[in-house]
Amino acid sequence: MSYFIDRRLNARHKSEVNRQRFLDRYRTHIKRSVEEAVNRRSITDMERGEKVSIPSRDISEPVFQHGQGGQRSIVSPGNKEFVEGDRLRRPGGGGGGGGAGEGNASNQGEGADEFAFSLTREEFLDFVFDGLELPHLERKQLVDVEEVRPVRAGISREGVPARMNIVRSMREAQARRIAMRAPIRRALREAMEALNAEERKDPVLRNPARIAELKAEIERLEKRLEAVPFIDTYDLRYNNLINQPQPSNKAVMFCVMDVSGSMTQSHKDIAKRFFLLLYLFLERNYEKVELVFVRHHTAAKEVDEEEFFYSRETGGTIVSSALSLVDEIIQDRYPAAQWNLYVAQASDGDNWDDDSTTCRKLLAQSLMPRLQYYTYVEITPHAHQALWEEYESVQAEFPERFAMRQIVEAGDIYPVFRELFRRRAKQ
Amino acid sequence: MIKRTPIATGSDWNFEILTEYEREIARLADEYRLDTYPNQIEIITSEQMMDAYASVGMPVGYHHWSFGKQFLAVEQAYRRGQMGLAYELVINSDPCIAYLMEENTLMMQVLVMAHACYGHNSFFKGNYLFRTWTDASAIVDYLVFARKYVSECEERHGVTAVEQLLDACHALQNYGVDRYKRPSPISAEEEARRQSEREAYLQSQVNLLWRTIPSPHEHSDALGHDEEDPLGLHQHGRYPAEPQENLLYFIEKNAPLLAPWQREIVRIVRKLAQYFYPQRQTQVMNEGWATFWHYTLMHRMYDDGLVDEGLILEFLQSHTAVVNQPGFDSPYYNGINPYALGFAMFSDIKRICQEPTDEDRQWFPDMAGSDWLETLHFAMRNFKDESFIQQFLSPKVIRDLKLFSLVDDDRDEMLTIEAIHDERGYQRIREDLSTQYALSLREPNIQIWEADIRGDRSLTLRHVQDRRRPLAKSVYPVMRHLHQLWGFPVKLESIEEDEVVRRYQWPLPEHDGERN
Repeated sequence: MSYFIDRRLNARHKSEVNRQRFLDRYRTHIKRSVEEAVNRRSITDMERGEKVSIPSRDISEPVFQHGQGGQRSIVSPGNKEFVEGDRLRRPGGGGGGGGAGEGNASNQGEGADEFAFSLTREEFLDFVFDGLELPHLERKQLVDVEEVRPVRAGISREGVPARMNIVRSMREAQARRIAMRAPIRRALREAMEALNAEERKDPVLRNPARIAELKAEIERLEKRLEAVPFIDTYDLRYNNLINQPQPSNKAVMFCVMDVSGSMTQSHKDIAKRFFLLLYLFLERNYEKVELVFVRHHTAAKEVDEEEFFYSRETGGTIVSSALSLVDEIIQDRYPAAQWNLYVAQASDGDNWDDDSTTCRKLLAQSLMPRLQYYTYVEITPHAHQALWEEYESVQAEFPERFAMRQIVEAGDIYPVFRELFRRRAKQ
Repeated sequence: MIKRTPIATGSDWNFEILTEYEREIARLADEYRLDTYPNQIEIITSEQMMDAYASVGMPVGYHHWSFGKQFLAVEQAYRRGQMGLAYELVINSDPCIAYLMEENTLMMQVLVMAHACYGHNSFFKGNYLFRTWTDASAIVDYLVFARKYVSECEERHGVTAVEQLLDACHALQNYGVDRYKRPSPISAEEEARRQSEREAYLQSQVNLLWRTIPSPHEHSDALGHDEEDPLGLHQHGRYPAEPQENLLYFIEKNAPLLAPWQREIVRIVRKLAQYFYPQRQTQVMNEGWATFWHYTLMHRMYDDGLVDEGLILEFLQSHTAVVNQPGFDSPYYNGINPYALGFAMFSDIKRICQEPTDEDRQWFPDMAGSDWLETLHFAMRNFKDESFIQQFLSPKVIRDLKLFSLVDDDRDEMLTIEAIHDERGYQRIREDLSTQYALSLREPNIQIWEADIRGDRSLTLRHVQDRRRPLAKSVYPVMRHLHQLWGFPVKLESIEEDEVVRRYQWPLPEHDGERN
C-alpha cells in the first residue's frame, strides 16, 4: 500500500529557526567577519550577502574519539602492487586509510579548518548595523506629529455607503424589528383569542357586531405588522475612521561634499562609502528615504548622484554656499514637520577664511533646530583648520544632534560610523 | 524479442505515471517476498530536501543550533556545486516516509522508489536491529512530543539553558544506548502520560541515592533486601556495582543536581540516539540491500517491457556511479563506499547460491547451491555490518575490490601490509574489515566506573584502550560537558591490560604539572 503526497507547496525554510540559533551563537565571530568585509568591500557593494568563515574548532561538536597512535589495521580497496609483508613509509597524514575508523569528526569533509557559509543580504546588514541606532527618532515621534493616517475607530451612525458595516446594520435592524413588532403581536394574539372565544360560543349567544369588530381589528394589526420596515435608515451603521497623528516615516538625507581642487578622487571615494553606509542605515529605519546631493566649491549646486561623485571641479571653497542651499531646499521641499532631515557633510577641512563663522551662524540659527542629525566627517591627515573649530562650537551647542569625526583612510570609515551612531544609554 | 509497452517514455513524469510504476514495482517486490511498511511518498523541492537533510531526514525535530550549522553546510556545498543532493531520503517509520525530489528525471523517481520504498523499507521492517531497537510506528509521534517538550522548556527556562543542556547531551549521545539490554519501545502518548509521574519518581530515586545521613539501623536481611534501599545502594562497595555503558541513562537516573525537566531532556536525546543506533551499524547492509533490489527490480521491469531502452541506459549509468569504488590512492577516495561493498556482497551471495565454484563450496558449504532468495533474506534479517562481513565476505569480493589490510603501529616507523587478496589473506582481511565496522571498536570503549556517592561525589569513567589507541583531544571538551551534567568533578582513566595508563579530569587541576 502506497500513496503519494505533493509537499512542494509546503512552507520552506523549516530550518530557519535553527539557522538563526546558529547565527546568534556565533555572533561575535560573524561580526568580526562582517566588519572586515565592510572595510574590504568596494563602494557599491554593500547590498549583498557575505561569505563568513569560522574556525572549525570553535564550532565543533566534540565526541569521544580515537586519537592518533596505538596500533590499528586498515582495510582499503584498490591494491595494485602490494604483497603481504611489504613495508611502506608512513604518509604525511597518518595512514592512507581514513576508512570507517575515523568516526565523523567533521561533517563538512575532513581537514577543512574553516567552516564557511553565506549570510543573506538582510542578515549581513543586520550585523553591519547591529548595536547602532538613529539618534532622536523619539523626538520626532512625540513632538512633531503632523502627518496623519486614517485609522478605524469604532462604529458611527453617519458615513458614506462604501463604509457601511453590513453585519452591525442588520443586527440593529433585527433588534428594532423585534422591539417594534412585539406590542403589535401581543395585541393581535389577544384579538385572536377573543375572536376564538366568541366563535366557540353557542350560535345563539354570539355577538355578530363584536365578531366583525374583532376581525377588523385583526386585519388592522396584521397590516401594521407588515408595515414595520425590514431595514430603516435609522438602523444603518458605518465603520468610523478618524485621522490619527502619525510619526513621520519619511527621511531625506542631504549629502554635502566639497568638490574643490583639493578633494582628490580617493577623498571622494571615502566620502561615498560614508554616505552609502548612512543611506543603508536610514533605509532600514524609514519607509522612504530620499537623497539630495549638494556639491560645492565656491558655489553650491544640487546635482545627481553620478555628477556628485565623479565630476571634477577646481577652485576655492566656500562651505556656507552649500549650507544655505540645503536650507533653501528644506524650506522649499521638505517641511521639517513631515520629514526627518539628515545632513552628512564630507570635506577635507579647507574653507575660505571668513566663511567658517558664517557656517557656524547658519547652522546654529537656521539649520540645526530643524535637523534630526548632522554628521560631519573631515577626510584629512592634516591638522584641523578654522572650519573644524567653528564646528566644534556648534557641537557644544547641540551635543545631541551634531557629530563630527576625522577620517584619515578608508579603514576608518566603519569605526567612525559606528562611533557616530552607537546606541546611547537612555537618559 | 519482447514486445515493449513501456508505461512512459522520456524523462518527464507526473503523478499518474509514478503511481503506475509504483504499482508495478510493488507487484515485482511482492514476487521477491519483500515485506514492507506502507509507503508514504512525498514529492519535495530541492530547498525542502536541504531542510530534510539538516534534520537527518526527520519530518519534525526540536530546535538546536547544530542543525542550523548542518543546514548552512549543506546549503553552501550545494550552492557552490560541490555536492549534489541525494536523490532520496527515507525514514524508518510506519508508514515509511520517502522523499522524491521534484528535479529528478522519471528514471530517477522510479529508481528511488525501488531503492527506498522497497529496498530500505523492507530492510527497516526485516532487520533484527531495527526490529529490536526502534519502533517505526511511534517515532514520528515521539518526535512531535520531543519538539513540544523542548520548546516548552525553552519558554520556561530560557533558550540558553536548554541549548547548553542539549550541547552536553549531544556530546554523549553515542553513549546513550544499552547495547546488550533490549530497550522498551517508545510511544509518544505513553511518554506524555507518564512524564510527570516519572519526574516525581526519578527525583525520589535520586534523593534516596544521595542521602548523606546514614540510616540509624541497618536492617537488611540475609539476602541483602532492604525496604528503603532495594538495590543495596547504600551497602558498602562500589556504586554502580557493575560498570555502566549507557552514560546518558546513568546521568538521567543518578546525576545529583539535575532538575526533573533536565532529566527529561537527557532522556529525549537518549531515546533519539537509540533510534539511530541500528542505522549506524547497518550502513553497508542497508545500502547494499537497497542497491541490490533497485538493480534487480529495474532489470525485471526492463525484462517485462515496462521501461524502454533509454530509461534503462540512463539507469545503468547512474547505478554504475553509485557503486563505483575508487582505489585508496585515487583523489576521489573517501573510504570504502558502503553502496559498492554492500551491493557486491549481496550480488555475490546470489551468485554463490546459483553458480557455486569449488572455492565457494569450501568457504560457504551451507550456502552454495541453496535457494538464493531465502539465503538473501536470511542474511538481511539476522546480521549487522560487523557480523555480515564476518559471515559473508567472499574471496571473490575481496579479489574484485582488491582489498588489502595494513597495520599502522605508532611503535613502528613503517606501515606493514598485513594481508592482500590472496589465499593466505582472505581470512585476515575479512576479520580486519569486520572489526573496522564494529561499533564497539570504532568508538572508544568508555564506561561509568564509579560514582563516589559517599565522598566528594566525583564521577569516574574508564576507557578500555584497544591496542593502545589513545583518546583524541576532544576528550576535554566532552568531559567539560559531562561535568556540566554531573555537577561534580569528573575523572577518566585509560586502562590498558588492567593498568591505568593515563588520567584525565575536569575541572583541570589548578596546580597543573604532568600528572603520572
